[in-house]
Amino acid sequence: MDVLVVLRQVPDLVEDLELNAAGTDLERDSLKYVLNEFDDWALEQALLLKEKNGALVTVLAPDLPEADTSLYTALAKGADRAAKVSGDFVLTRSSHALADILAPAIRVLPHDVVLTGVQSAEDLDGQLAVLLGSYLGYPAVSVVTDVAVDGSSLIVRKEFAGGLCAEYEVALPCVLGIQAAVRTPRYAPVSRVRAVSKEKKIEVLSAGGIRESDLRIVAFRKPEGGRRADMITGDPDSVAQQIVAILRQRGLLKRSSE
Amino acid sequence: MAGVMVLAEHLNGVLADLSFELAGKGRAMADALAEPLDVAVLGAPTLASEFGVADRVIAVTNTTLEVYSPTAYRAALAQLIREYQPRLVLVGNTSIGMDLAAAVSAELSLPLVSYCTGLRIDDGQIVATAQLYGGKVLVDALPATDHCIVAVLAGSFPADAGRRPGQPSIERRELAGVTSGGIRFRRLIQPEAGDVDITRQDILVSVGRGIQSQENLEGVEELARALGGELCASRPIVDNGWLPKSRQVGKSGLTVRPRLYLAVGVSGAPEHLEGMRGAECIIAVNSDPSAPIFEVADYGVVADLFEIVPALTDRLKQ
Repeated sequence: MDVLVVLRQVPDLVEDLELNAAGTDLERDSLKYVLNEFDDWALEQALLLKEKNGALVTVLAPDLPEADTSLYTALAKGADRAAKVSGDFVLTRSSHALADILAPAIRVLPHDVVLTGVQSAEDLDGQLAVLLGSYLGYPAVSVVTDVAVDGSSLIVRKEFAGGLCAEYEVALPCVLGIQAAVRTPRYAPVSRVRAVSKEKKIEVLSAGGIRESDLRIVAFRKPEGGRRADMITGDPDSVAQQIVAILRQRGLLKRSSE
Repeated sequence: MAGVMVLAEHLNGVLADLSFELAGKGRAMADALAEPLDVAVLGAPTLASEFGVADRVIAVTNTTLEVYSPTAYRAALAQLIREYQPRLVLVGNTSIGMDLAAAVSAELSLPLVSYCTGLRIDDGQIVATAQLYGGKVLVDALPATDHCIVAVLAGSFPADAGRRPGQPSIERRELAGVTSGGIRFRRLIQPEAGDVDITRQDILVSVGRGIQSQENLEGVEELARALGGELCASRPIVDNGWLPKSRQVGKSGLTVRPRLYLAVGVSGAPEHLEGMRGAECIIAVNSDPSAPIFEVADYGVVADLFEIVPALTDRLKQ
């Protein structure tokens, strides 16, 4: 069975995000890009299928900043093949555009199952997994937390609100939007990634055309009124005192359970 | 092309609060556009009468829709949109909505705005406000055509506005071609009851990514005990296996309304806020001054939680 995992690069959310002067986008120059967290879970799910069912894993990324790092890291973790799609697109965050770029590439790479993260930090125009399903003509399920092989289909667990889940049998080929897996994404040491980047090659595919966006961005802005909270300052003990005073005032001080 | 169409969401025979949030906002948008409001209920016709706020409820009766199936629901929604031609379609940005919105957007070339927390009309045009980048940035987006689909985050609009008594006109429909395709429902899996029901706790101490490792949970557990409360967590902590699912607060976990919610190392991503913003008193400790949690917290501390937590535990034990 061939599993293909789509890896996306997204701005690192740990950093403070600056807006550009016009207020129409992030200040792109100062951004650090990292692998989309949910795509890492998708990769982990693929590697679990490799370990359990002997699947072959291909990783595919649009050529965005630091994509090579994510691809080599995936190879270091156990992926069998890596490819990226290069072209005249810059920093696109649009899921529709990414689907335009990726679908033709997926069609020429081995795949019975296409996995990618359920969402990203910037998929304003919808979830990539579901879009890929539509563009490729495959059934797609998102918010998947477990995948097992059952003969020539997959049994997937989809999660709803409040922890309720449902099990579905999904025919191949299919696309799954991965939320989590039964184990956390494994780690590849930097030394191994470096070694892999010297031994292995990333295949390069050319991107085709991208449709024009059907959304016009009016403004990017920071949430209004920023902070609503009353800020408590001081050294840790002073802060602790102030918090206890607040709790006492609100009748929230309990005796701790014995 | 006219009207607003809301997709009601239900699971296990129960309508989600979200359905009323969407219906209420749908009503407001329909009134502002001087157009009618339709609410679509798939596979559960008995729920149709709950939507007195609508002008019409389209109750799709196909038995293949009785249990949620991504492909069947997609086919039904796409058909309804093609036939009724609404100007604005509202679905939830939920596990169900996420399956449907993007697929329908692709199939019908319908502009889609996800993570919507605000909707307004500017000069006769629909502007949707979306929350991106972990809640740190708001984006105002305008569909390029005069029709669109918007996926709305739960909790963005009041449910009360959608719960109006009334007798909507109910149109029962049996649609063609609504099959489960390559996705067959097998069974529902109820969440495991944990040792503690966090929804019944007065005092919750919540841990997020800032806790960094499983070993560090011990210190926060001690704080929770000193407060007479229980520990809960955001999704990443549970996904890592550091706490059971029964302790997860947020969109894919539980919604809690404790008297005190002390959030430690929790950034406050929208999916988490959804589960706790109704708490009576929210105190947040985070080393990042721009953490979105400070927008909903009543009190905030920008500091290292590894200093604050022990200091607070000490004070409480005195």
